Amino acid sequence: MRFDGYDTEGFYDEVFDPEGNPRPGADLLIQRVNDLPETELQRRQKAAERALLNLGITFNVYSNEDQTEKIFPFDIVPRIVQAKEWEVIEKGLKQRIKALNCFIDDVYNDQNILKDGIVPTELVLSADGFRKPCIGLKPPGGIWCHITGTDLVRGGDGEFYVLEDNLRCPSGVSYVLENRSLMKRTFPMVFDACSVQPVTDYPSRLLEMLQGLAPQGVRMPSVVVWTPGIYNSAYFEHSFLAQQMGVPLVEGGDLLVYNGEVMMRTTKGLEKVDVIYRRIDDDFMDPKTFRADSMLGVPGLMAAYSSGNVALANAPGTGVADDKAIYAYVPEIIRYYLKEEPIINNVPTYACWRDDDRQYVLENLDKLVVKAVNESGGYGMLVGPHSTAEEQAEFAKRIKANPRTYIAQPTLALSRVPVLVDDHFEGRHVDLRPYILYGKDSIYVLPGGLTRVALKKGSLVVNSSQGGGSKDTWVLNAEGGSSPESTMQNQEGL
Amino acid sequence: MLSRVANSMYWLNRYIERAENVARFIDANYHMTLDIPDIANAQWQPLINTTGDHELFKKLYGEATRENAIEFLVFDRNNPNSIFSCVRAARENARSVREYISSEMWEQLNTFYLMINNAAKEVSMDLPHQFFVDIMTASHAFIGITESTMNHGEGWHFGRMGRMLERADKTSRLLDVKYFILLPSVDYIGSSYDNILWGALLRSASAFEMYRKRHGRIDPKKIVDFLLLDANFPRAVHYCIVTAMISMNNITGSPRGAFTNKAEQSLGRLLSEFNFASLDEIFENGLHEYLDSTQTRINSVGAAIQRDFFRPQLVDSASDVITME
Repeated sequence: MRFDGYDTEGFYDEVFDPEGNPRPGADLLIQRVNDLPETELQRRQKAAERALLNLGITFNVYSNEDQTEKIFPFDIVPRIVQAKEWEVIEKGLKQRIKALNCFIDDVYNDQNILKDGIVPTELVLSADGFRKPCIGLKPPGGIWCHITGTDLVRGGDGEFYVLEDNLRCPSGVSYVLENRSLMKRTFPMVFDACSVQPVTDYPSRLLEMLQGLAPQGVRMPSVVVWTPGIYNSAYFEHSFLAQQMGVPLVEGGDLLVYNGEVMMRTTKGLEKVDVIYRRIDDDFMDPKTFRADSMLGVPGLMAAYSSGNVALANAPGTGVADDKAIYAYVPEIIRYYLKEEPIINNVPTYACWRDDDRQYVLENLDKLVVKAVNESGGYGMLVGPHSTAEEQAEFAKRIKANPRTYIAQPTLALSRVPVLVDDHFEGRHVDLRPYILYGKDSIYVLPGGLTRVALKKGSLVVNSSQGGGSKDTWVLNAEGGSSPESTMQNQEGL
Repeated sequence: MLSRVANSMYWLNRYIERAENVARFIDANYHMTLDIPDIANAQWQPLINTTGDHELFKKLYGEATRENAIEFLVFDRNNPNSIFSCVRAARENARSVREYISSEMWEQLNTFYLMINNAAKEVSMDLPHQFFVDIMTASHAFIGITESTMNHGEGWHFGRMGRMLERADKTSRLLDVKYFILLPSVDYIGSSYDNILWGALLRSASAFEMYRKRHGRIDPKKIVDFLLLDANFPRAVHYCIVTAMISMNNITGSPRGAFTNKAEQSLGRLLSEFNFASLDEIFENGLHEYLDSTQTRINSVGAAIQRDFFRPQLVDSASDVITME
């Protein structure tokens, strides 16, 4: 297995510089892979895939009746992030999440930012994620978005940009932990030599953060993870996190509100619940407050929440801040609340409800990426350079009809990584989703995150539902020294 | 523990045990018919009867042959008690309590399911003996892994209780169906023909070798005694009920001989019946009647467990009844 024929084709490559030399920190990995006997890498790749299948590390696919579970494709060559780069990312993410949290708290309480005209009131009130019942809510410690997974991309200029803020129930962190554990088995020697920052303590930190949310006076908080059920596409992750934290995984049917408190039904009667890490959308949580037809919800939950008898992570209503239309205003939001310049920039964004921007977008549909503000998962999207004239005409029509619901961004030359394709390496585009925990006392950024790969040649869409895969992400330690993780290999279990 | 989780633990173990029993029945029957070719086809209908699904079978297939019996019992998705359906249901239950059981248990069960699922895709019905051995081994491995990787707490006891009740039910059904078919051959006691048939019955319960050690010669009455009343043989009905009761006491915290709910009461009664049963009395009153009533009572224990632990009703001080569904 050799990287000899590998061509970066003019893209920013995460592993090789434009001259084809390994970037700092990547040389050990390259050397090791080059030294492997022919077909050894493929053998390890296959072994890793088989392990994923046997462990049932899968996501659910709805279309096909029999084969409803697929493994999330995994590429065996890790992505490497330099310590220096990571420092900036970490700082930038903390800054951004702090500002967004201020924004959410403000929107549902004093609305100063709206009164000051920084973000148009209408835009906020019409946002898909805005929840009227949340007005006046005061979550514990003023924290709304406890768990965030921010999507970053690196452009052709080598800079990182924020592509999307996921403030509701970001998923994927279980793959980060599983990928890491697979990589430690697959490349123990390189791993050891590279000095990689650990990710395995994420579940402990998550648990600690969640326990910190418990109502005052509760000595041994009872924390649960709430899943919509085994048919949810992220079910594996829900059960994985519950298992790793050692807390019960509950479904809506396990919970009820009794005398204003949330209880779970046990074989010995009712037991109180203090903190719920909910992996279910706002809309389905409480049929009394949100969608009345929700079969998954717990009637009366929001009342219990408002009176402070139970904590929810994330708080309901956080979706208002990851609306793609609000996204365009995040740099302003950061300046407004923190009096700081954004450390990580937004991708330049044209908001179709502004006349000038719309004009520009309509004239340049073949160059831009157009996104519907209320869609995710790579749906409702036009990738200009890869689109036909008919598709562009169709989007022009839609934009004119509903300017509020569209934004456009230049087509980024997303950075690439080498991916194993049959018997050689080819470049594929990637993004990066780090995970951020916002606790009462501190903000923690998981060093690494989910590197999603667009496995289709030339594709820019990395979502798992659209042919995306993942890679382990190695954030290197600043100065040499071995990784603390290497000395406790595979202790975390699966 | 959560009622839903207890429910899944219980059923997950019942389903695995059921799959194992079906595999053993088929395997033993298959081998018996190879020894006695002229009665081959006549032996498959009783096997279907053993599982209790003869009506569904008749609707789907009509007359029993080796091919359709095996198809029905092993792979048929329309049969909720086929090996495939059982393993799939066990896995679904395990999936819903994946964070509760050990990773080793989950991985073993998932691999088990993938094995059956792959076999189901193959066209050939010429299933080797090894296939059934693999199923039994997978079930045994699961029990062993459960034993050694999971806390022997409440959930574990729900699982074992489920397994024991399922096993008691299956052994009593096996005995019920087979005994009366084999009875006419009692006249030929000692003939090789007879030995093969009764030997197959014992093998269907993995009891052949242990029976030999305990009683030696093949004797129908002693076989009944062994499969029904033995307190040490792990597939004997008595043994299963003793063990289920131990788990029940662990779950409720009741001392031996006491009860806190209907489920515990009815299981306790069934146990004392077995504790003081004698073979002569059983035959006097009719073996079939005895087995039939045992099955009915095991079923009502199961129903009481569902009601008392998995869907308990909660009575409020204001006497509002909240259904725990």
